[in-house]
Amino acid sequence: MTDDREAILSRVRGALAPLRERAPLPQYDADMAVLRKMIAGRDLAELLAERMKRVSAHAYTSAAAVAEFLKAGGWTRGYCDPALWPQLAPHFGAGFTVETDFDRKRVDDYAFGITRAAGAVAESGTIVLNDAATSRRLAALAPWVHIAVVERATIFSDLTQAVAALGPDRNVVWVTGPSKTADVEGILIEGVHGPGVQIALIV
Amino acid sequence: MRFQPIDQYSAGLKADTRASVYQSTKSTHEKRTKLLFDQFADPDRLRELAGEIKQHAIENLDTYLPQVEARLKANGAQVHWAGTAESACATVLKIMRDRGATKMVKAKTMVSEEIELAHFLEQHGLEALETDLGEFIVQIDDDHPSHIVRPIIHKNRREIATSFEREGLGAYNDDPGTITRRARHFLRHKYLEADVGLTGANFVSAESGRIVLVTNEGNSRFCLAATKCHIVLVGIEKIVPRDCDLSILLNLLGRSGTAQDLTVYTEFISGPKAPTQPDGPEEMHVIFVDNGRTEVLASDCREILRCIRCGACLNVCPVYRQASGHAYRSVYPGPVGAVLSPLLMKDKFPQKADLPKASSLCGACNEVCPVNIPIPDLLLRLRNRAKEENVPSPGTPPMGAWALMASQPTAWKAALAGGKLLDYVPTKLIPVPALQAWADKRALPTWRGGEFRKWLRQRAK
Repeated sequence: MTDDREAILSRVRGALAPLRERAPLPQYDADMAVLRKMIAGRDLAELLAERMKRVSAHAYTSAAAVAEFLKAGGWTRGYCDPALWPQLAPHFGAGFTVETDFDRKRVDDYAFGITRAAGAVAESGTIVLNDAATSRRLAALAPWVHIAVVERATIFSDLTQAVAALGPDRNVVWVTGPSKTADVEGILIEGVHGPGVQIALIV
Repeated sequence: MRFQPIDQYSAGLKADTRASVYQSTKSTHEKRTKLLFDQFADPDRLRELAGEIKQHAIENLDTYLPQVEARLKANGAQVHWAGTAESACATVLKIMRDRGATKMVKAKTMVSEEIELAHFLEQHGLEALETDLGEFIVQIDDDHPSHIVRPIIHKNRREIATSFEREGLGAYNDDPGTITRRARHFLRHKYLEADVGLTGANFVSAESGRIVLVTNEGNSRFCLAATKCHIVLVGIEKIVPRDCDLSILLNLLGRSGTAQDLTVYTEFISGPKAPTQPDGPEEMHVIFVDNGRTEVLASDCREILRCIRCGACLNVCPVYRQASGHAYRSVYPGPVGAVLSPLLMKDKFPQKADLPKASSLCGACNEVCPVNIPIPDLLLRLRNRAKEENVPSPGTPPMGAWALMASQPTAWKAALAGGKLLDYVPTKLIPVPALQAWADKRALPTWRGGEFRKWLRQRAK
């Protein structure tokens, strides 16, 4: 409300007026929080795979291996970004029912969702999704298994780099492992509202 | 009243609740310490730096608030201001009514607890459903969260299973996996039916207007994937100056709060969805809430506004571990709550004036704080304020006689000489409740008063 705006800002000014000096904005080395030791000399795709494992996510470098993993888990029905499916379809073969349109009325029909990632962060084992690259927010969230297709060249080494590259997209989301909770007696359960299985397919 | 209210509440705590709160806070704290010190050469420097960043931000809110407002508007979001809880609730109600919306899904936000939004909306005939598993259980039980990050740390699986059965979410089953799966199944359709998704904000960057939201369950992400209207409820102190400051704070938040390198979902939202994106809100409203924060800013405790609500100080606090969250009778429990809650009471400060006293001033809260808030100093300032405002302090031993003695050298010397008598006084029989409680478990050592003066006199020779 308009009156509230003026009232709040004038109270803020009033509260700060008596301060003789204000705390300066600290200048610091932007890399301060980077885990250099971990990153130094590493192949980023390899490090990403290793760090994803740590947060109980999976990384693959071949589409056929992903298809096999899905089949083994009994997840044969899903969604795929229409732009990705032509390249992936040959690796999936028979036994899969894949739609390239996501119907929000049937969210539970999709056991997996394949979408494109905007990037990844090796240090933390994180997949980066955004509105421009990722075809459907829901398809990367509602199915039990989410597979993000990550291009090798888009892997950042650390959070500081990834923050610097957030760019103009109005919605960027970093996904680090499967959705989880420890609300009940501190026991870790994976797959609360989002995917219980999080996969990166590094291409 | 024999004791302070916080003591009375915690005295009534069930033994198994106390044990489970103790266990889980202790283990989270230990994991946090290991993570920070294994990975960073100097984690304390990081905490200090984060504290400096946030202190700068709150001391320059007069610049940053208009700046962030302009950025958000340029990004296509609508900005609202709410001076009080009532005004914040009314703003949300108006946004919903203007859209003809009746159903809201809510992600966890402490501000919404503060303004009691869900109750308010329900009273006006609107549905406001909590989607964080813990908050959902709090809501169906008509309970209150007892921890900032772990709202149902005070409940066990049997209680939760009973609640689920009562709410028709399936036959009694206390397996945490089953409980979670049932909530998943029930809530996902609620997101899809809802028109409005409400979230809080962990940080707001003044540079870009980005709202940063962290969750583990993915519920806030679901709110932003399924609904058409996004409302952000945010305290005015959540501002950080630049995007680059976010990486320092995000690195600390997950590690401090839940002992994770990074929480599962970290969202950066600077406006409504892109036109090419089929899912997500076409409309975004950001409500900046004061509700007492400007008064805290004007006080000598403004450092508490740095808080990023990680809960690390709760996990480490020996008092919280014994008392659990409800003893603080506030939205914000633990050491941070002992400072913030009385301050947010404004002129009703005396009602919560016991909280700053519930501390041994051991300093652990300051040591773990990711933004290095000097909580023990702030507790002392609030104790002072209570004294100055003559707030009664039940259970505190009367200090008048001691004060008189300590200010009169002759009286002091006489007392030192007479103190020997204490060796023969049965302390248990002195009719002062606090002293009796003390003497119940302990005995006085033999009197040694005057030794120092004797030593000093001899040394001077």
